[in-house]
Amino acid sequence: MNAHAETAGATTLVAPRSSRSPWRQFARRFVRHKLGMFGLGVIAVVVLLAVLAPWIAPYSPEDMLPVGFLEPPSAENWFGTDEIGRDILSRVIWGSRVSLQIVGLAIGLAIVAGSLIGLVSGYVGGWLDSMIMRIMDALLAFPLLVLALSIIAVLGPDLMNAMIAIAITKTPGFARLVRSEVLTLKKIDFVKAARVLGASHWRIIAKHLWPNVTGNVIVYASLSGSQALITESALSFLGLGVRPPTPSWGYMVATGMEYWQAWWMSFFPGLAIFLTVLAFNFVGDAVRDAFDTRLGPTG
Amino acid sequence: MGRFLIRRMAQMVPVMFFVTVIVFATTHLLPGDPTVTILGEQATPEQRERARIEYGLNDPIPVQYVNWVARAFSGDLGRSLRSREPVIDMLVTRVPVTLELALLSILLAMAIGVPAGIVAARWRNSWLDVVVSLIAMAGVAVPYFWMGILLVMVFALQLGWLPPSGYVPFADDPIENLKLMILPSVTIGVAFAALIMRQTRAAMLQVLSQDYIRTARAKGVHERVVVMKHALRNALIPVVTVIGLQIGALLGGAVVTETVFALPGLGRMMVEGIFSRDFPVVQGAILFVVLSVLVVSLLTDLLYTLLDPRIEF
Repeated sequence: MNAHAETAGATTLVAPRSSRSPWRQFARRFVRHKLGMFGLGVIAVVVLLAVLAPWIAPYSPEDMLPVGFLEPPSAENWFGTDEIGRDILSRVIWGSRVSLQIVGLAIGLAIVAGSLIGLVSGYVGGWLDSMIMRIMDALLAFPLLVLALSIIAVLGPDLMNAMIAIAITKTPGFARLVRSEVLTLKKIDFVKAARVLGASHWRIIAKHLWPNVTGNVIVYASLSGSQALITESALSFLGLGVRPPTPSWGYMVATGMEYWQAWWMSFFPGLAIFLTVLAFNFVGDAVRDAFDTRLGPTG
Repeated sequence: MGRFLIRRMAQMVPVMFFVTVIVFATTHLLPGDPTVTILGEQATPEQRERARIEYGLNDPIPVQYVNWVARAFSGDLGRSLRSREPVIDMLVTRVPVTLELALLSILLAMAIGVPAGIVAARWRNSWLDVVVSLIAMAGVAVPYFWMGILLVMVFALQLGWLPPSGYVPFADDPIENLKLMILPSVTIGVAFAALIMRQTRAAMLQVLSQDYIRTARAKGVHERVVVMKHALRNALIPVVTVIGLQIGALLGGAVVTETVFALPGLGRMMVEGIFSRDFPVVQGAILFVVLSVLVVSLLTDLLYTLLDPRIEF
């Protein structure tokens, strides 16, 4: 947001800055959003579980326990044991690592790739812009999961490829959002002024355009978290994500499906996915409301 | 209207072009020898050469692409590498399953989502609105596969009301078919109902605050008529759009739902194809899904202009 401040002297279009920083205003509004704070709390707990898994998990996620297999929830094994006698609670705790890693990395990658594509496409314009945007439209025509499946069909099923696939599914959204912002921004005087003053194209993109689109990128990123997690868990449910024995929530639900009498096997990992997706949704909505900017695409 | 239709279809051309390029690329730009994928590891060099000629693999990539598109649009999507069955024949048997699932899910979602949205909007901020909105938030966050498994556990295994999984064509036994389709449709329908409810609520709130509604109320029109006739008709327009735009999400949901309930639909075909590295099958299924999404979005736009004559493009 410092682009406004930097060039404020050169343009009359930019409104005078309010004394409070926009980030502080954002934080104040976010804190007042009850569901958003609840969601943030849930995500904080999941992150803590993921980070502290080796110390918090009551058992190893891969050891077979002497209590036996398919044991229902009890005082020793709160979530019961699975088909070969592993503690499900411990596996759910360890499973949070995989999900958070994939979702975090995938969204990070999508932000970088999508923003770069959007900045360049919008700034350069012309036939390059039309072509890039048609490709993005074509990617957006694929249902998220189907696009992820086609990418995995090419790359082969594993953890890394699932992450790449999810990143690719989210990239066109960021690209379109950033591009549409850039199209508006580049017509504003401060960008023209920078050009006249001799700033290079890359400097304009990095110093003047990018800081002005970060707000909407953050909003879109926070709204994307839940979709990315749903896609990740669906892929691992289908057996196209993490390979066993690494615990992952989606795959645990799928294994539980083969042992109907042991309801706890798919119930608890599924509950973990559900609560985390819910939390991501709450945080996404709260971030959007708190930013109070023009809304980006929500697709 | 006619001009809009032509412009709208013209916009689809480049998108369709890139869609076919992407689908083509998924199989033809793979590293390694494509004849290994087609024939397996054990094939002799002669067999490989024959396959190369048969599939036109010696041609330049752009030529291969043009030939592939030309064949695809005349209905020739190649054959399954495993069963040797033409992919188009597989689509003919698989698509009706997914189509039935999609239609039942949409019907169910509308039957739940529209009334719930009306109630939530009419009694805005009441406990009813809060409850309905909370359920909708949960509905959006439930993973399809978990929902499906929970439904099977409760309604098939515990209560024994419905069969847990399987498929019988509607033409063979309509009753059994519907019984088998109830749980899968509820699985997708619930998440969809949540979306429709949110959209209906938002649209109703917007419409109910307009002047013509106040006029109708001032004239003494019965509240039920105001809500159900004057308001709902306009509020349903964005709801129709949301259904059209979410058809892709629905087909994505069908992939996992068909896996849970062992339904032999398009999604299952795609996943099985990926596991057995049966590329023509995966390609055919993906192409069909994406083209359907594009066609549905076109139809949605058309419907939109029909429902609301004020809209001009």
